[in-house]
Amino acid sequence: MDGLEPKDTADSAPSVIDRYFTRWYRTDMKGKQCEDHCILQHSNRLCVVTLAETHPILQNGRAVKSINYQISNGCSRLSNKVSGKSKRGGQFLTDFAPLCRITCTDETEYTIYSCIRGRLLEVNENILETPSLLLEKPATEGYVAVILPKFEESKSITENLLSREQFEQVVSKRGAAESQPS
Amino acid sequence: MLPLKEKDKPIIQKLLSAGCCPRCVLRFCCVSLQAAYRHRQQNILKELVAFISDTETQDSEAPESSGEHNKSNVAAAPEPPEDPPSKRVKLEQPCSDAPLEEVKDKDPCVCVVCLGILQDLCDSTRAVKIAEAVKAQNYEFDSLVLSVSLPAQLCVREHSCWLHVKKEVREKGLVFDKEDIVQVKEAFKWIMQGQVAKELGGVAVFTKSAFEVGVEFTHPESDADCHFLASVCPDCFKANKNKQSVFTRMAVVKALEQISDGKFLKHYPSPPTQPISCCSPQDVQCLHVSVFVAGRYNKFCRSLPQTPWVIDGERRMESSVEELIAAPVLSAFRADGFNFSSSGREDVDVRTLGNGETHVAAQSSLHNDGLHVFVFLGRPFAMELLNPHKSRLNQAEMKQLQETINESSDKIRVRDLQIVTREAMSRMKEGEEEKTKSYTALVWTQKAIQKDDIAFIDDIKDLTLDQKTPLRVLHRRALAVRHRVIHSMNACFLDSHHFHLGLKTQAGTYIKEFVHGDFGRTKPNLSQLLKTDTDILELDVESVDVDWPPAIPE
Repeated sequence: MDGLEPKDTADSAPSVIDRYFTRWYRTDMKGKQCEDHCILQHSNRLCVVTLAETHPILQNGRAVKSINYQISNGCSRLSNKVSGKSKRGGQFLTDFAPLCRITCTDETEYTIYSCIRGRLLEVNENILETPSLLLEKPATEGYVAVILPKFEESKSITENLLSREQFEQVVSKRGAAESQPS
Repeated sequence: MLPLKEKDKPIIQKLLSAGCCPRCVLRFCCVSLQAAYRHRQQNILKELVAFISDTETQDSEAPESSGEHNKSNVAAAPEPPEDPPSKRVKLEQPCSDAPLEEVKDKDPCVCVVCLGILQDLCDSTRAVKIAEAVKAQNYEFDSLVLSVSLPAQLCVREHSCWLHVKKEVREKGLVFDKEDIVQVKEAFKWIMQGQVAKELGGVAVFTKSAFEVGVEFTHPESDADCHFLASVCPDCFKANKNKQSVFTRMAVVKALEQISDGKFLKHYPSPPTQPISCCSPQDVQCLHVSVFVAGRYNKFCRSLPQTPWVIDGERRMESSVEELIAAPVLSAFRADGFNFSSSGREDVDVRTLGNGETHVAAQSSLHNDGLHVFVFLGRPFAMELLNPHKSRLNQAEMKQLQETINESSDKIRVRDLQIVTREAMSRMKEGEEEKTKSYTALVWTQKAIQKDDIAFIDDIKDLTLDQKTPLRVLHRRALAVRHRVIHSMNACFLDSHHFHLGLKTQAGTYIKEFVHGDFGRTKPNLSQLLKTDTDILELDVESVDVDWPPAIPE
């Protein structure tokens, strides 16, 4: 190892997300205020669905009581199985397909959605055992699901989403609106 | 003197009348004396005619011959077949009609069976032409094998002719089998191989050689000869996208085995019709069997992929390990192309090290304590070189080639470059799962660390990881949890947020994911062990522990 001058700072290098992923956002999901989702798209087109840092679950010192991947009587995301390179058998999701319902300790319930079209590869089972991951590391270990868009749709699926910059604008407008009496 | 027997006489007569060339007559008489075919065809014809004329005078003494019958054939007036097909009339060409005495003095007609291949197409001019074509391609070889590709309809004509003489032979109660007939291909080789080899300076001719000279003939005029078989035996002619025509030699042979004599004769004349032109020779195709070259490489660059990297049809990064090695090798062996394979591969931003100094150290440790300590440096690779025009390089030349590669770029280095066998190549892929690999990673920690915080890492032995297929490769690999073992690790403190992590792992361990955790999908991961976020900034492969190819002393 040579030619490297490590800096003594915590943020000397871009993170794994910065290196390999592009952040996309969907704000006020299904018209519900601040229920923002963040989609991390890998350069290989794969998408990781996460909670945006502005999501109500992550605000005001909330705690998660339970996470339920059983989205209806007949369908549980936990029973999703994919096999082979072509990921046969994975559930195919559209933008508004629910992934799970999260109940906070204050009994508020939130639904997390796919936000993009694609084949469900896996949901994060670690957050069932350790729900605090969702709060502590929402962008990495607290991810919700991994979705593989169709090859031909790998570019178009993010067209309806906001870029990081657009998202920041939306968030700052929100702040301004809140501070102004209506 | 031709090795002919009394019982061959009626066959000779019938075949000559039917428009067969003298060498095809020898074939149908099952003459296996190769030298017989090398005589000039006019001389063979003279001998044949003399031989059958002799029959006439000895008719009374030859009990198995039927004088009446023979006479009529010598007069070259073939009996009309009992059930003549409509095309039969066209058969009555001047050539087959002409009395033999005239035939032998005239320019011979194109043979109805071999379509000229055993006539002018196998004379010395042809041999010179083939040799010239081979020379022009500038191969280095000391033996060759001649391969002959003939139009498929030759099988049909051969069959038709066989039925023609079979009839005759049966009348005489002789035992005679189609398999005993000498193949056109064989006769052609008997005549030509020696001549071509002589023209090429006396190289050896074997039935097996690494160097193949391919001679091909076509005869578009008679391509339609096969077509009736498709309607009679449709099963034999299934469309195949890889073949231009369904009428391959194999398919035609199969159909001819199935078809009954009666059916064949209904659709095709026996003997075959007189062709107007002879076969046309195609370009001579030379092919040398692949040569395999192996060695080990180092990669010193973090922006060099192992193989050309193309995304959406666009080239990323200007070169690759494969191309840097292949260019000098291809030109040294003057090969048409190559297939590169290696014992695993590193990411574009990963270096593969192992330098000469360690190499010397490993060798001296072998000397001093007599222990067999093998340290193999660099990543084993092997290349198949396609159609090499030069197939032999001696040790000095291989060393020179290795130097040429090493001088051409400072991004890679090659060692132990050597020619290997195809079989030996499998050694590289064998045990790919069992082998171990050593790495060094530059690790970043989110929390500030001190030397003591990472000391415990050195004590971890045989740590089993559960690795879900990394997100990085999940788009092209199956989703699975793989168990991989980290045999040992050592940590070397750099500063409060960085340290070097050395790892010795089972092949197939994803190191990057072990360090950053891959969203918690590799467990345990370094971030869990250190109880702080960790990331990998650089990665080097230090060694790939595969004992192939053997080391070559510098």
